[in-house]
Amino acid sequence: MSVMKRLSGIVQAKANKALDKAENPADMLDLSYEKQAENLQKVRRALADVATAKKRLELQATELQAQATKLQDQAKQALGQGQEDLARQALTRRAGLADQLADLGTQHAQVEAQQQQLETTATRLSTQIEAFRTKKETLKATYTASKAQASIGEAVSGISESMTDAGMTLNRAQDKISQMQARAGAIDELIDTGALPDALGGAKDDIQAQLDATSQAGQVDSEMAALKAQLGSAPAAGGALPSASEAAEGSATPDTSAPAGGAS
Amino acid sequence: MIVRILGEGRYDVPEADMPAIEQLDAQLTDALDRNDETEFDSTLVDLVGQVRHSGTLLPADDLQTSGLVVPHPGSSLSELKELLAEES
Repeated sequence: MSVMKRLSGIVQAKANKALDKAENPADMLDLSYEKQAENLQKVRRALADVATAKKRLELQATELQAQATKLQDQAKQALGQGQEDLARQALTRRAGLADQLADLGTQHAQVEAQQQQLETTATRLSTQIEAFRTKKETLKATYTASKAQASIGEAVSGISESMTDAGMTLNRAQDKISQMQARAGAIDELIDTGALPDALGGAKDDIQAQLDATSQAGQVDSEMAALKAQLGSAPAAGGALPSASEAAEGSATPDTSAPAGGAS
Repeated sequence: MIVRILGEGRYDVPEADMPAIEQLDAQLTDALDRNDETEFDSTLVDLVGQVRHSGTLLPADDLQTSGLVVPHPGSSLSELKELLAEES
């Protein structure tokens, strides 16, 4: 059997099952009406969940984007200091973030599609409920006539089918939302554990520490040169400076960076 | 023929346009049977487009039932399989 026929069978079966509980046409009408109102509530709740999921993805994207920009700046700074390995490290991390960002973009598009579909469902459901509210009272008033019974059956089948569709659409949206929440949770965890450093400056930033250490060493060099000049050893400075710089970059760097960083 | 697109609503499609839709339905069924995701995705896009193009969207307060049902636009092959598994 074709996909469309099989799906139609499933929808009809679900629609009939929803109406099995009703004993007579009047009950059916009331039950349908209640179910529709219930469905609309659920769709509205799902819409709120979708909006939250979307917001969360947007916040994560902003955070990752800020981190990517920061790494780019750090790579530039590292190259300026002649630290190619450090620049490469920063750019490699940045590439990893780009993958995450692309993934967030895909998720965002999906969440928007869900939002749109749920909004359509909500609009149609509420129009339908409003129309059905008046229709059901008319149908109830005349349902004793055999002809009217048939038309009640038809109206109820129609409404039940639409309800089933709304229910299926809702389930699909809820599945998507929980998938997205799981992914968002995984990304938050990566940020928390420092695998994706916190762009807002909360977590440790080893690349920045190395950059700071090098620029501190450079500062020490120039201060040394200034002091030497003051002491009148300026003529010797040409020979003394390189060795001072070597000392600062070699053993002095790790020792000076930690206390200086902590104090500032 | 009244055709429902899940999550979207019912379309009244003229009989003259039904063969094109049935053709796409057969193609979609074939892609499903062969587990061909690429073919499935593109055929579903075509099918949804064909129904929207040849049918007239019925107002929400129209209570006619449908004879054929198109999956949610954008659903994946595995999603549809899950849905069809509900057949008893």
